[in-house]
Amino acid sequence: MVALLPSTGAKAQVSPQKRSRTGYFLLLPGMTWLAIFFAIPFVTLFLTSLQAPVAGESGQYVPAFQVSNYPDALMEYWPQFLKSFIYAGIATALALLIAYPLAYFIAFKAGRWRALMLVLVIAPSFASFLLRTYAWKTILADEGFITSFFNALHLLPDDRILNTSIAVIAGLTYNFLPFMILPLYAALEKVDPRLIEASNDLYASAFTTFRKVTWPLSLPGVVAGTLLTFIPATGDYINAELLGSTQDRMIGNIIQTNFIEFRDYPTASALSFVLMAVILVLVFTYIRRAGTEDLV
Amino acid sequence: MSASRGRNVEDLNLRNLTKKFGDVAAVDDLTLTVPAGSFFALLGASGCGKTTTLRMVAGLEEPTSGTIAIGDQDITRLRAFQRPVNTVFQSYALFPHLDIFENVAFGLRRRKVKNVDQKVNAMLELVELGPMARRKPSQLSGGQQQRVAVARALINEPDVLLLDEPLGALDLKLRRQMQIELKRIQMEVGTTFVHVTHDQEEAMTMADTVAVMNKGRIEQMGHPADIYELPQTVFVANFLGQSNLFAGSRTGQSGEVIMVDSHGMKFSVLASRNSAMSDEIIIGIRPEKIVVRDLVDQDAVPAGHNALEGRVTDVSYTGVSTQYVVETLWGQDVTVFEQNVIVGDRCDVGDPVILHWSPEHTFGLAGGETLLHKTAQVLAAGV
Repeated sequence: MVALLPSTGAKAQVSPQKRSRTGYFLLLPGMTWLAIFFAIPFVTLFLTSLQAPVAGESGQYVPAFQVSNYPDALMEYWPQFLKSFIYAGIATALALLIAYPLAYFIAFKAGRWRALMLVLVIAPSFASFLLRTYAWKTILADEGFITSFFNALHLLPDDRILNTSIAVIAGLTYNFLPFMILPLYAALEKVDPRLIEASNDLYASAFTTFRKVTWPLSLPGVVAGTLLTFIPATGDYINAELLGSTQDRMIGNIIQTNFIEFRDYPTASALSFVLMAVILVLVFTYIRRAGTEDLV
Repeated sequence: MSASRGRNVEDLNLRNLTKKFGDVAAVDDLTLTVPAGSFFALLGASGCGKTTTLRMVAGLEEPTSGTIAIGDQDITRLRAFQRPVNTVFQSYALFPHLDIFENVAFGLRRRKVKNVDQKVNAMLELVELGPMARRKPSQLSGGQQQRVAVARALINEPDVLLLDEPLGALDLKLRRQMQIELKRIQMEVGTTFVHVTHDQEEAMTMADTVAVMNKGRIEQMGHPADIYELPQTVFVANFLGQSNLFAGSRTGQSGEVIMVDSHGMKFSVLASRNSAMSDEIIIGIRPEKIVVRDLVDQDAVPAGHNALEGRVTDVSYTGVSTQYVVETLWGQDVTVFEQNVIVGDRCDVGDPVILHWSPEHTFGLAGGETLLHKTAQVLAAGV
């Protein structure tokens, strides 16, 4: 928040007090938004996670301080937690592998096709997330050509893709791919091609140049892209719901069923909270590791 | 590669080098030898092909045809990272994610050279940036970044150091300072420097050989003073310094002296200073070689000097010298620089004057009136 305040560089012209007050006024709309749609729900969610059930009445809860909701929820659902992080992790890695060469191509080689290619990257987002995931149901269907193709090669352990973890991971990768491509493109587009020439001039082969110049300079995009993919993918439940079997349920599905079907609000809230906390810890560790040394 | 890395420096030879972008030849059948250990300047307006030539030597651009060799080692087909040449880029192109030390060490580390620390420190000492070793490039001033760029290239002990408008981004004062600095470094290390620039003063100050490039070809090449004193084409006469040029035709020759008639006036030029083959000759004279006197003193014009009547249309006093614009009887403007060594008594606007200069300073160029106009247009558009 401090960074959003105007710098004190030109205090000669306007009194510092007045300047800083202007800064707060500018923050007001954003802060109001955050208060209504984040802070208040956040507190409500936290309080809900500590509620105790009313004896004999299913779906009824009273305010309490029942901390045991947390260990109870974790004991029951840790496998789905783990699965969520594994699925999201694999999907993020796959998205990075697919997105990096594509973003590199758009940034350095696409020339006049650059704008068109960027539009094509975003174009699927014009159709709804749900619709696109349903489409994958058809694409990966048992009698579909993709499944037949891999079956002909005897590459599928269960002889199918749909309703397996492969389908869930594929869906996650596909759905969050643009969030990987765009930050990577933004970072790569900023890499001055003359730096690559300079590296070539200084005895670095194309591969070494990539390793020592292009990759380190694109790290801000890699960090942004992996976070933008990993975080929503971890909490996603649509892909697992539509493309996976009951064995592939992720933590998002658990939270959803606890809220909607079981009406077990405290457990669902506790799970949401834990998910948020774990993601925060992971993200901070990640940013610290990637951020301090190599980022410009 | 290590064999060529010995300190017995060799010439850089370009043979029939051509680079075409589509149908346009950016570099057109260029043949050129850069003597080992020289400070060589490729001078020309933007788009004349000088940077393309440099990039081909660096390996960043592939020639359409022709060869590039260092000594007798042909490097035309080598990739940029395999060539024993290094470049100081126009924009410096320092790696923003590496500190100054690592920027300078980059080439050494790629070649797995030993004693990197010692060499980098010595190089940073040479460019006087020792205390900056752990800073990032963005924390340095333009002049310091420029020196890092030189150090980063030079530390690899290239056979040829290529400099692409290295001082273009610096302000005038800093540029002067860096010119002297670069010259000092070049003398100290003895490496062949090939310097691309559009700044004729920069080229003349630093280089011991200047090649003036125009439309992908070299118009003239030689020691800066020789080119300046005796330009051989209209382009060179105008691009390297200023020249007054009068289109005329040969009327006769007596001994060493060729007589030329231009707009009804008689001029003499020494046969040794005339590069025109035909009878169509353009007479040229540098502005500072002309003496301007009041018309009443016309008897004082030394015998054998070229003389020209005119009227002063502009006088500007620049401290060191006074610059006159004099209109000839046929309406052409002639520029004259006069050193301010005479006390008082300068000519004023409107004064009828006589201009005179020695045939020793006069030069003859090939071409006619139309060429003069065309070159003037090209220069006005290009620079």
